[in-house]
Amino acid sequence: MNDDIVARIEANPKYHELVHKRNSFGITLSILMIIVYYGYILLIAFNKEWLATKLGAGMVTSIGIPLGVGVIIFTIILTNIYVRRANTEFDELNAEIIKEANRK
Amino acid sequence: MISKSTRNIIGLTLGLLAATGAVAAGADLGNTTKQATNWVAIAMFAIFVAITLGITKWAAAKTKSAADFYTAGGGITGFQNGLAIAGDYMSAASFLGISGLVFNNGFDGLIFSIGWLVGWPVITFLMAERLRNLGKFTFADVAAYRFSQTPMRTFAATGSLVVVAFYMIAQMVGAGQLIKVLFGLEYTYAVVIVGVLMMCYVLFGGMTATTWVQIIKAMMLLTGATFMALAVLWKFGFNPEALFAKAVEVHSKHDAIMSPGALIKDPISAISVGMTLMFGTAGLPHILMRFFTVPSAKEARKSVGWATTWIGYFYILTFIIGFGAVVLLIEAPELYYVDGDLAKGLKGGGNMAAIHLANAVGGNVFLGFISAVAFATILAVVAGLTLSGASAVSHDLYATVFKHGNADSASELRVSKITTICLGILAVFLGIAFEKENVAYMVMLAFAIACSANFPVLFMSVLWKDCTTKGAVAGGVVGLISSVVLTILSASVWEHVLHNPKGSALFPYSSPGLFSMSAAFLVIYLVSKMDNSKQAQLERSLYPAQKVRSETGVGSSSASGH
Repeated sequence: MNDDIVARIEANPKYHELVHKRNSFGITLSILMIIVYYGYILLIAFNKEWLATKLGAGMVTSIGIPLGVGVIIFTIILTNIYVRRANTEFDELNAEIIKEANRK
Repeated sequence: MISKSTRNIIGLTLGLLAATGAVAAGADLGNTTKQATNWVAIAMFAIFVAITLGITKWAAAKTKSAADFYTAGGGITGFQNGLAIAGDYMSAASFLGISGLVFNNGFDGLIFSIGWLVGWPVITFLMAERLRNLGKFTFADVAAYRFSQTPMRTFAATGSLVVVAFYMIAQMVGAGQLIKVLFGLEYTYAVVIVGVLMMCYVLFGGMTATTWVQIIKAMMLLTGATFMALAVLWKFGFNPEALFAKAVEVHSKHDAIMSPGALIKDPISAISVGMTLMFGTAGLPHILMRFFTVPSAKEARKSVGWATTWIGYFYILTFIIGFGAVVLLIEAPELYYVDGDLAKGLKGGGNMAAIHLANAVGGNVFLGFISAVAFATILAVVAGLTLSGASAVSHDLYATVFKHGNADSASELRVSKITTICLGILAVFLGIAFEKENVAYMVMLAFAIACSANFPVLFMSVLWKDCTTKGAVAGGVVGLISSVVLTILSASVWEHVLHNPKGSALFPYSSPGLFSMSAAFLVIYLVSKMDNSKQAQLERSLYPAQKVRSETGVGSSSASGH
C-alpha cells in the first residue's frame, strides 16, 4: 500500500469520524448482545422458577419460551441493523475518504 | 438388543447432558443401529450427488489459480456467501441433535440454539469487514499482517489444523452412524463415500464447488425444515400454545418440558459454555475463510447478515420440529418407537426425532428427502473443513513458512491438492478408527480451541496496536494448550471417555472457555507489554497502516487479487 495514501487518510478528519462512529456503534451493539445473551443464561442459572411461570391462567406456555425465541429474533435484528447502517451511512463516508485520498 | 443399545444411547446422552452442560450433545449421534436399506433416500441422495458433481465439473474449469481454489476468485455475492456460511454452520448435528434434545427435554433445546447463534453478531460487529479488508486466503493472513511471518503462520496453521481435526472426526463418525440408520449402509462404506465425494468436490472444484455444495445443501435443509415446521403448526391451527399443550399432555416429563431443566448446572459453567460458543464461532477457520470469497467489505457484511438470519430462522424451526416429534410420533408408536413401546425410546436413538417426523408429516418420499439432506449436510461441512485445512498447509506453511512467500500459484495449488488428498484419507481413517469411541466432546473442544487460541490472536492483532509477534504466539499457545488440557481434565473426557470414576474430574466446569480464553488474552497482553525488541517496535509502527486498511479497505486485495 502507498504510504502517501495512508498518511492522507490519517490526516483526514472524516477517517477518524468513520472509525469512531463505526467502532462505537459496533461496540454498543456487542454490549447489548452480551447483556441480552448472558442475561438470559444467568436467568436460567439463577431463576428457573420465574422462567417457568405460565404466560397466563390456564396456559402451558412458559415465559422462558417466547423470551428465548425473542433472543434469537433480537440477534437477527441486531445483526441486520449493523449491516444496514454500515453498508449505507458508513460506506458512503468511507467512499468519500478514499476518493479524497486519491484526489489530492 | 435394539432396546438395549437405544437405552445406552439415551443413558449416554443424558449422562453427557448432565456432565457437559449438554452442549456437546449437539454432535452426539450416538451408537446407532443399522436399519433396512432405504432406496428412496438413496435415490434422493444420488440426485444430490449427481447435481453437485455436475457443479464440480463446471467449477473445475474455473479453478485455475490458487486464488480460485481458496476463494472462488472472490466472485461470490454476499447473499450466496450468507447461504454458504449457513450451510457450513448448520451441521447434521445441530439439525438432528437440537431437535432430538427438544424431543427429549423440551425447553433445554432452546438454550442450545441460542448459544450456537450468538457468535454471529460478534463476528459481524467486530470481525467481518476487518477480515475481508486485511485477508486474502486464510485467517492467518489477517493475524500475521504486520507480524513476523514464520512464527505467526506456524501458530495459525496449527490452530486451524487442530480445530479442523477435532471437528472433522465428530463429523465423520456422525456421518457413519447416521447413514447406517438412514440408508441402511455399513458404517465403513458411509465413511468412505463421504471421504471420496468430499475429496472430489474440493480437489477438482475448490472453493467454487464447495460453496455451491453448501448453498444447495442450505436451501434443501431450510426448505425441508420449513415444510416440517409448517406441517406441525398447521395441525395445531398455527397456535403454538395448542402444540405445547398437547406436548405437555403426552410427554413423559409433562410440564417439565416447559421450563429449564438440568442443562445449566452452575453459573460458571453457564458463562464458560456461553463464551466458548460466542467467541469460538469467530475463531473457526472454515468459517473465517468464507469471508475471503466475497469481493468487498460490504458483501462480507451482507454475508453475515444473511447467515445470521438463516441460522436463527433454522434454529426456531428445529424447536418446532422437536415439539412436533413429541406430539406426532406418539400417534403411531409401532412405526417410530422400539417395539412400539414408548418407554424404550425412538428407533435409532433420540437424535432420530426429526427423521421420524419427516415420515410422519410427509411419508416415505419426504423421509428420503430429509435423509438425503442430512447426508448432504455432513458432506458440505466436511468439504469446508478440508478446504480450510488444505489452505492452512499450502498457503500458510508451504508458501509462506517454507518458501518465504516465493511459491508460485501453480506449485501452491499443487500442494493444496496433495494436502486435500491426504486430509481426505486421514478423515476416512479417523472416522473408522473412532467408530466405537465417544466423540461427543469433540465439537465442543474444537469450539474451545477456536475461542481460546485463534480468536484472541486474531482479535488482538487486528485491534490492539501494542500487540507483538511474541505476545500473540505466546498467548495463542497458552490458549491452545490450556483449552485442550482443561477439556481432558473435565468430566466429559476424564470420566466419560477415559472411564475414570465419577466425580474424579479435576476440572469441575462444563467448558474451559472462560479460563483458557482469559489466559490467552492475559498472556498476549503481558508478553506484548514486556516485549521491547526492535522487531516489536517495528510491528507497533506498522499498526496505523494496518488500521487504515482494516477500516477503509484501501489496498485490500480487491476481489482477492483478480
